[in-house]
Amino acid sequence: MTSTSAALAGPHEHLRAQDRWRAIEVVFWLATLLPFLVTPNYLSLASQVAITALFALSLDLILGYAGIVSLGHAAFFGFGAYAAGILSKHGWGEPLSGLLFAGIAAGLLGYLMSFIIARFRHLALIMITLGFGLLLLEAANSAGWLTGGADGLQGVRMWPLLGMFRFDLYGFTAYWYSLILLFLLFLVSRRLINSPFGLSLRGIRENSTRMRAIGAESRAHIRKIYTISAAMAGIAGGLLTQTTETVSLGVLDFQRSADILVILVLGGAGRLYGGLIGAIIFLVARDQFSGINPQYWYFPIGVLLVVVVLFLPGGILGGLAQITGSERFQRMVRPLMVWRGKSP
Amino acid sequence: MQRATFLLGGLAAALLATTPANAQNTVKIGVVMSFSGQFADPGAQIDNGIKLYMKQNGDTVAGKKIEIIRKDSGGIAPDVAKRLSQEVIVRDGATILAGYDLTPNALAAADVSAQAKTFMVNMNAATSVITTKSPYMARTSFTVYQLNEALGAWAYKNGVRRAYTLVSDFGPGWDGEAAFQKGFKDAGGEIIGSARYPVANVDFTAFVQRAKDVNPDGIYIWVPGGPQPAALGKAIAERGIDKSKVKVMGQGELTYEEALKSMGDAGLGLITAFHYDYNHQSAKNKAFVAAYNAEFKRNPDMFSVGGYDGMHLIYETLKKTNGNTDPDALIAAAKGMKWESPRGPMSIDPETRDVIQTVYIRRVERVGGHLVNVEFDKIENVKDPWKARLPK
Repeated sequence: MTSTSAALAGPHEHLRAQDRWRAIEVVFWLATLLPFLVTPNYLSLASQVAITALFALSLDLILGYAGIVSLGHAAFFGFGAYAAGILSKHGWGEPLSGLLFAGIAAGLLGYLMSFIIARFRHLALIMITLGFGLLLLEAANSAGWLTGGADGLQGVRMWPLLGMFRFDLYGFTAYWYSLILLFLLFLVSRRLINSPFGLSLRGIRENSTRMRAIGAESRAHIRKIYTISAAMAGIAGGLLTQTTETVSLGVLDFQRSADILVILVLGGAGRLYGGLIGAIIFLVARDQFSGINPQYWYFPIGVLLVVVVLFLPGGILGGLAQITGSERFQRMVRPLMVWRGKSP
Repeated sequence: MQRATFLLGGLAAALLATTPANAQNTVKIGVVMSFSGQFADPGAQIDNGIKLYMKQNGDTVAGKKIEIIRKDSGGIAPDVAKRLSQEVIVRDGATILAGYDLTPNALAAADVSAQAKTFMVNMNAATSVITTKSPYMARTSFTVYQLNEALGAWAYKNGVRRAYTLVSDFGPGWDGEAAFQKGFKDAGGEIIGSARYPVANVDFTAFVQRAKDVNPDGIYIWVPGGPQPAALGKAIAERGIDKSKVKVMGQGELTYEEALKSMGDAGLGLITAFHYDYNHQSAKNKAFVAAYNAEFKRNPDMFSVGGYDGMHLIYETLKKTNGNTDPDALIAAAKGMKWESPRGPMSIDPETRDVIQTVYIRRVERVGGHLVNVEFDKIENVKDPWKARLPK
């Protein structure tokens, strides 16, 4: 990822170089359209992959870029999911405004939380986020009049998207709706990360004391990115509610926070595509393995995780980048890269 | 070019050859429930029930081959359960949905059943409202109201006048509390106190002491399976509650096989209402338990019998429709279906599509060195009372 020549040319040049679209990225996003053509029976799964990818991306912003460890990110996902669900239950089933509402609600909660988050690092953060997630889960459980408690929220009904597209049994609408939102929020994240703000986040991740010493106030930055991340997680949760028309305590579950962390680590934290790749691998593997053996499908995923952590500490994408960055690989592919007009 | 055409032609031929033939001779049943995670064991028991029924009755009904497609919802995850139910219909071509261990999952899947017009057999999830969500759903387990309202009325009839209730603080616990109190109060009893304990509670001493302090002549308990029944049973014994004077009652989970093993003698005298126990005395059940043990090396429980009877319902409806999988025909055939199950006589209510069955009142006794639930009273033909009160 880091090209030394660009770094030497100054931070602005470095950022601009990072912001340039690479061919492989275009290919990736074109490939996300494939499910429509190749596997039309898998569109519901594809929409859940897109939603999970968005959730993973939101975690990546704080964990991968700002170094804020979180074991309770499902709190915001779930808060958004319930916000969208409760709004629809009380008569407003318009999807887009519902999603906005979910994002704002989760963002507000994230903003409030960020004042606590910004004061701590590492182990303390794990405990705080974990506790916060559990508290919210228990609150949702006991507020049965609002959330439906353990039975899940009943009566979530979405109006057709833009007044025209119903959420169908095949997940067609669900997928393109989730995909477009994932893409838009990906663009936002990409822009954020490749900005001076994004750079200072990485500075905080690497050494927050040093950042303060050079005059960059890290707490304000952390509050900002945490709020943005919470809002994004809330939108992902809202999307899940809207595309499935169900909400239950499961959206706030610790398992969800843990899974999303696994997904991000698997794909590669601190890389924009890490969460996306992780979500695809995790959910497709889960779908396929659980089809083969519904009891023990987690086993191969566990093995995969162990292998990735042992041999590819930067996740799958980190490992790929290491391979493609090596001298041998460079020498091998250089002749193929000539068409791009510049050496990689 | 030629090769591509050949390939395409071959593919098309293969598709034509397989799909319609399969569709005509196979009935695919999508079984969606938890095969992994916290609820994996109940899921496994339901699945054992399904497997045993198919082993005993063959995998062909009315000329159709039955194919089971298992999908893991992995715990409380209605979004996953809903997606899997959709997929098993649109992707795998299932024409019947079955399984469903947890209420939120069953509720979400009911939407799919209603929308896609698919016959659905709920083999476990026990909240009353579920069957109202799809006109194509029938249930072969029980409802919380069915058992506990019957228990409340029974308690008053058998001498309890002042009762205390103690339930787990989540949906099913609230239902159990409401149902028992309704049955008990309607009969004329008085509730002199109630408490809800946190879902993850481990020490019940304080709760039991509070119940003892108000001096009731009956204590009602609703507790989910897992480690809690044993802890509660022990706390009751340790607090010195004399079960010959104070009736300690609950839904069957309180005294299920594993709980009794870890409770030991502390469990003696507990009274529970349930629809099935492996100790139920009938020739049919004896044969069922023996076959189950031979196959899976363990005793069947309420989950197993839900799966077993669920398969029976599917087989019998298919026989009645002559293999026709039209959802309207299937649900029409299921309505009013009566049969002798290992749990005793049961039927499907033609109005609500819910289960009608006998509620057994059992007491924990030591028989042949083992603690078992011994049935000593029963209430026959109990319908779900919650639905009877719904405005028609």
